[in-house]
Amino acid sequence: MTVAFERANAHEPSERGGERHHILTVLVENKAGVLARVAGLFSRRGFNIFSLAVAPTDDERFSRITIVVDVASAPLEQIVQQLDKLVNVVAITELAPADAVQRELLLATVEAEPDARSQVIQLVGVFGGEVLDVGPDRLTVMLAGPPDTLDSFERLLDTYAAVEIQRTGLVALPRLDPGPPGARRRHEPARLGRIGDPRSG
Amino acid sequence: MQLTGAQALIKSLEMQGVDVMFGLPGGAILPVYDPILGSSIRHILVRHEQGAGHMAEGYAMVTGRPGVAMVTSGPGATNIVTPLSNAYMDSTPLVVVSGQVSTAAIGTDAFQECDITGVTMGITKHNWLVTRAADIPRVVAEAFHVATTGRPGPVLVDVPKDVSTSTMEWYWPEPEDLDLPGYHPATAPDAQDVAAALTLMGQAERPVLYVGGGVLKSRGAESLRALAERTGFPVVTTLMARGAFPDSHPQCLGMPGMHGNYTAVTAMQRADLLVALGARFDDRVTGRVDAFAPGARVVHVDIDPAELHKVRRADVAIAGDCRIVLDALLDAMDGQSAGQGSDRLAPWWDRIHEWQARFPLYYESADQPPIKPQMVVEELRDRADPGTIVVAGVGQHQMWASQFWRFEDPYTWVNSGGAGTMGFAVPAAIGAKVGRPDRSVWAVDGDGCFQMTAQELVTAAAERIPVKVAILNNAYLGMVRQWQEMFYGERYSEVYLSPDLPDYVKWAEAMGCVGLRAESPEEVGPAIDKANAVDDRPVVVDFRTDAFEKVYPMVPAGAPNDAIVVHPAHERLAR
Ligand SMILES: Cc1ncc(C[n+]2csc(CCOP(=O)(O)OP(=O)(O)O)c2C)c(N)n1
Ligand SMILES: [Mg+2]
Repeated sequence: MTVAFERANAHEPSERGGERHHILTVLVENKAGVLARVAGLFSRRGFNIFSLAVAPTDDERFSRITIVVDVASAPLEQIVQQLDKLVNVVAITELAPADAVQRELLLATVEAEPDARSQVIQLVGVFGGEVLDVGPDRLTVMLAGPPDTLDSFERLLDTYAAVEIQRTGLVALPRLDPGPPGARRRHEPARLGRIGDPRSG
Repeated sequence: MQLTGAQALIKSLEMQGVDVMFGLPGGAILPVYDPILGSSIRHILVRHEQGAGHMAEGYAMVTGRPGVAMVTSGPGATNIVTPLSNAYMDSTPLVVVSGQVSTAAIGTDAFQECDITGVTMGITKHNWLVTRAADIPRVVAEAFHVATTGRPGPVLVDVPKDVSTSTMEWYWPEPEDLDLPGYHPATAPDAQDVAAALTLMGQAERPVLYVGGGVLKSRGAESLRALAERTGFPVVTTLMARGAFPDSHPQCLGMPGMHGNYTAVTAMQRADLLVALGARFDDRVTGRVDAFAPGARVVHVDIDPAELHKVRRADVAIAGDCRIVLDALLDAMDGQSAGQGSDRLAPWWDRIHEWQARFPLYYESADQPPIKPQMVVEELRDRADPGTIVVAGVGQHQMWASQFWRFEDPYTWVNSGGAGTMGFAVPAAIGAKVGRPDRSVWAVDGDGCFQMTAQELVTAAAERIPVKVAILNNAYLGMVRQWQEMFYGERYSEVYLSPDLPDYVKWAEAMGCVGLRAESPEEVGPAIDKANAVDDRPVVVDFRTDAFEKVYPMVPAGAPNDAIVVHPAHERLAR
């Protein structure tokens, strides 16, 4: 049940490299109110969230919540242990950003008068994005990528007066070559759907 | 067999072995009250749903079995929010069943609709909104399982009216039918952690066993005593653990914390090892955290992994049931030579004995009115039947009860620790007496607390539940008065209550109880003897106590424990 943490001090703000962001992918039961339980836990314990994305999984009994947490607001280990106490939380995987493949989706509508339009389209092309919709003086574009790429794209778009920008919050999977051991931890019961089995540790 | 949801609910409670429940009916829960008429379960009709919740808590705390309460939707459900929060803070197993408006009406602001699962999400271990009658037996079984296993706690099952009136085919779930894929409480410890703990214990020169309520929850008092005697370590018992280790035992230092005794507080401050057993480093114990036990290494045992490293980084953290861990420690010690370390600990015990001699619990006694409140507790203690259960409200009287009673057995102390809920004592005492009718039950209550839930004495009188209530009537919200005296320059704001409004004797009599009063010290003993002689109805004794008496020692809020303020008489001696 417990996760082995190598950090010496629980109040050190981050796992390594001074990152405030840490990714938790949380497998939850697909039941009414579960998102409220997770969100409520974060708010009442003062844990900060950078982003949160919820989606169904291939098993209809479960959903996956990807949470980017602020480990400066509380020790990661405390966040994980409190989350794990929620009865509807089935498994928690922690990913240090360096050990994860991360993607986020951005949609933006930008002012693009005919003379600026080709510049915007070019910019989208450079980043590998797509133009989704074209109006008389506006474009709606999309870009999927790692969050910092989206950050740069967003800053550049702003020079063309972005009317509206929406981001989904990121989803992530572990890198297939996860680097040194201990970088990623799976926090999951040995068996699902059973009660009363005394599990050690 | 076809049953209505309501019948299935009552039958499920019977299957869980429920013998008594506390509640009050209303519209949305009406269908469930009908099958109670033919049930083996005794239902105790309360006068306010908060009473039902605290009664269920008192029952659970003395029996170790989950307390059960039932309320209607809306205001019935919100009235039991305080007990849920109280039980959550003190890890008391509680199952509350609430009525809800029909599923079709949910979300429409229907009459007496309240989103009680939303309201109680943060103060229950888990809660359920049942949407089909067929789910009832499984959800009830899940609710009892979650409430009673791992770190115990309150749960709530919300049952819409149409769910109780529709029919289902009866079944009783097997353990593997429970649908709890994310619930796996820790129990057994890791052998390596046990060995690491023993290593630290073997090296310590100034150890303290810091015992919390988890030892009682795990039924671990005997194992604790064995470990204490095996190691020779001193023991402190927190407010939630009074009775887990006998106060008369030479190794018992008593209660630590804000109003703990000097020796317990100071021994922890000077310790080089704290072995925390089912305790959670609550701020009322630690004082200013960064100045708490600065030289101590920490072994922390708790069944809730989230408590480990939460407040204080542990050198060895063991997630597991306290009794199982204590037994594992004892087993591992069997391989080692007995009586280890008694010489090593001698200097430590010398210091402890010196503190005990210099700073015992103390008050200045009086042979004139007003009565000293501490004296009432001592007289109650000395005249009580063995095994008497003491229940306290919240305030000065609670601290005096904890300090001046002598706790010898587990499950003889019932109080509201984490939440500090005024009004807890009267209903909790009633629940305790229902759970342990063979024991005498004395509530030590404040005049302020008593006025919050006294109406439940009507319940007790009607149901012939002979509890006894000692009101330490200081005519004040005394604990708040004490803070205003000490920290707000004696500016008393909204704390005066009056000694005789209400007239507690007449009020007691109006509620079907015996009412007694003691106004001077020589009346205290006789009044207690009279109360002890009554066994067919509740008794209330109005003790007119000294309003100016303060609880000592005291660690001011937010101060380091080293700033402990002892009784002024001790301070004079020290100078
Ligand atoms: C429900 C609730 N409201 C307010 C408080 C704050 N409070 C703590 S102790 C106390 C005074 C209690 O007065 P009384 O019952 O007369 O006990 P005393 O301290 O005088 O012994 C108050 C108001 C509380 N703990 N609980
Ligand atoms: Mg008072």
